[in-house]
Amino acid sequence: MSRRNVLRGTALGAGAVTLPALLTACGDGPGGNKNEVTVGSNASDAVPKEAFAQAFKAYEKESGKRVEVNTTEHNEFQQNITRYLQGSPDNVFMWFAGYRMQYFAEKGLLVEISDVWKGFRGFSKALKDQSTHDGEQYFVPYYYYPWAVFHRKSLFEKQGYEQAGNWDQFIALAKRMHKDGIPVAFCDKDGWPAMGTFDYIDLRLNGYDFHKSLMAGEEAWTDRKVKQVFDLWRELMPYYQKGALGRTWEEAGQGLQRRRTGMAVFGMPHPGSQFPENERDDIDFFPFPEIDPQFGRDAVEAPIDGFLIPKKSRNVEGAKDFMKWLGTAEAEDAYLKGDPNNVAVNEDADTSKYSPLQKKSAALVAEARQISQFLDRDTRPDFAQTVMIKALQDFIDNPKDVDGLCNRIERQKKDIFSASAS
Amino acid sequence: MPQNTARRAGRRTTRRFTRRDIVVLGALLGIPVLLDVVIVWGPALASVGLSFTSWDGIGDIHWVGGDNYENLVQDYPAFWPAVRHNLLWIAFLGLVATPFGLLLAVLVDRGIRFSRFYQSVLYMPVVLSLAVVGFMAQLLLGTDQGVVNTIIGNEQDPVDWLGDSSVNLWMMMLAASWRHVGYVMILYLAGLKSVDPELKEAAAIDGANERQTFFRITFPTLRPVNVVVGVITVIEALRAFDIVYAVNKGRNGLELLSVLITDNIIGEASRIGFGSAIAVVLLSVSLGFVVVFLVQELRGARER
Repeated sequence: MSRRNVLRGTALGAGAVTLPALLTACGDGPGGNKNEVTVGSNASDAVPKEAFAQAFKAYEKESGKRVEVNTTEHNEFQQNITRYLQGSPDNVFMWFAGYRMQYFAEKGLLVEISDVWKGFRGFSKALKDQSTHDGEQYFVPYYYYPWAVFHRKSLFEKQGYEQAGNWDQFIALAKRMHKDGIPVAFCDKDGWPAMGTFDYIDLRLNGYDFHKSLMAGEEAWTDRKVKQVFDLWRELMPYYQKGALGRTWEEAGQGLQRRRTGMAVFGMPHPGSQFPENERDDIDFFPFPEIDPQFGRDAVEAPIDGFLIPKKSRNVEGAKDFMKWLGTAEAEDAYLKGDPNNVAVNEDADTSKYSPLQKKSAALVAEARQISQFLDRDTRPDFAQTVMIKALQDFIDNPKDVDGLCNRIERQKKDIFSASAS
Repeated sequence: MPQNTARRAGRRTTRRFTRRDIVVLGALLGIPVLLDVVIVWGPALASVGLSFTSWDGIGDIHWVGGDNYENLVQDYPAFWPAVRHNLLWIAFLGLVATPFGLLLAVLVDRGIRFSRFYQSVLYMPVVLSLAVVGFMAQLLLGTDQGVVNTIIGNEQDPVDWLGDSSVNLWMMMLAASWRHVGYVMILYLAGLKSVDPELKEAAAIDGANERQTFFRITFPTLRPVNVVVGVITVIEALRAFDIVYAVNKGRNGLELLSVLITDNIIGEASRIGFGSAIAVVLLSVSLGFVVVFLVQELRGARER
């Protein structure tokens, strides 16, 4: 066999493989295949990935359409989102509620789905607000998970600890834990876990409205109110475990599981996914303690994940039909069967199979007067990513220089928020 | 005489180009030049242009003049540490890791026992990418579960090798050096093999001791290798992105200019103008070194 023959053979072979694929791709024309919905997924971890697969299978069965999932690694998906939406995105993609969604709606990268929302039942007003930009809906919420102070039930019983209702009790509890050699868990190597604590102290001390406008860039970070947040936080610092900046949230979750630490301000999936299945019943939480009685414990930080349609979607009709289904209680049930670390947003969802922890979470959010997302979802992504991550890490590194810290944040905030206005 | 005419004839043919020569030359020179312009100079100049604008990657591009540079120097807390770390990285690789690689090369070259074994062991890390070195460093230096802390057994008061901003940069430079030393060693070994042994013998006859022989004879003859190693050291230092990114996304003590560029341009942040301004700074730093090398090289070529 000569070299030329080999080459010709491979060329023909390659053509035989790729041609049909090309032809089918062309056959659907620019509209895409109407009987297929493609989903851009950021659910790259094993548990949610499998749970979503089950949920989509339920839709396929019901509608007779095909769901094609394109999964991208979680962080990579986030990194490339702007390019993704401007390139050739899937028909539907997974994303987050609140400012994160509004930002893209504002930029005209999303399809408005108010008509789909008209058929929805079982969503509270707070949820609708989180899905709305400029009076129009763009987002179908799917599940959420609250942030709170998580701990092991058995450890609290053994040590005689009691859940803290207000700040003084919280500090006293932290102090006792530290003395017992089981400090408060803390981590911020990933850059975001500490944001939860900042959010909660601000929400409890200054209220939801202030927090929201602070995130929107309307309040000065040099305000006395903000400095007080850092001052309160500093009271907690001595009782944290050491080395927070070198610890990932997974490691902190494992520390909690091994009883090396006493409690942690976390979102529900964080301890949830680090505890082996037979120990999950031992996870408990209490709401972040009250600081100012005026605001009580009204606000709950509960990031909502869900689905949106990109403007460049090639099958808007199919996507909307899919969204209609995603907004039903059954759709959420289908998912939560496979993932016990989140809670359904729909009030009609089946809660009978919930674990005690899920039930408690659902109650916590149901009683909440306000729902906040999370610092990086409540403000501009460029501000959260380039300013706040470093600022909070700097604070953890050196908690004393609050004035300098707030000045630095404020200067950068002005640069960023004014650049967009020009 | 025949030699002379041949040379003259040869000169005449090179001077006159046929049409075909021109086409071939044009293609051979033109394509690389075009690629160079499109792939290298185009983006570089575009970055310089973008650095005077504000753009979020979606909407319109606004001209903001020197605002980005002003913000960068005055308001961006990560900027000066990043510049400092970049220069420190170059200094560390250049003054510690590279000389150490040379020392190892000299030792191995002298044919000590098991020198093949040492050679392969030291060269091993070179095949790893810096990102992999970063992951290995995490396994070794993790606060709670790292090997080093487990061996020290300081569970109550762990050393935060990767999180403590006064320690982590040095740890990362050590980890990066682990790879760099092997690389430098292999280059110098090749160079040392090509040094004419007669030179050393002559020096020995003249009564030079080993140290003198090395610094007066061997090292100067290694000049071409030195230049290559110098260039590689600077490139490696400026490229030190993967390792810090793998460890903690280049934050909190591990800031480098390349990381800041990524942080601002890639991802949801999309401060493309601002990121470009940082890129221009990095470009200037690199150009500084490139110019120094070029001047050195040209001067050397003229002397030769």
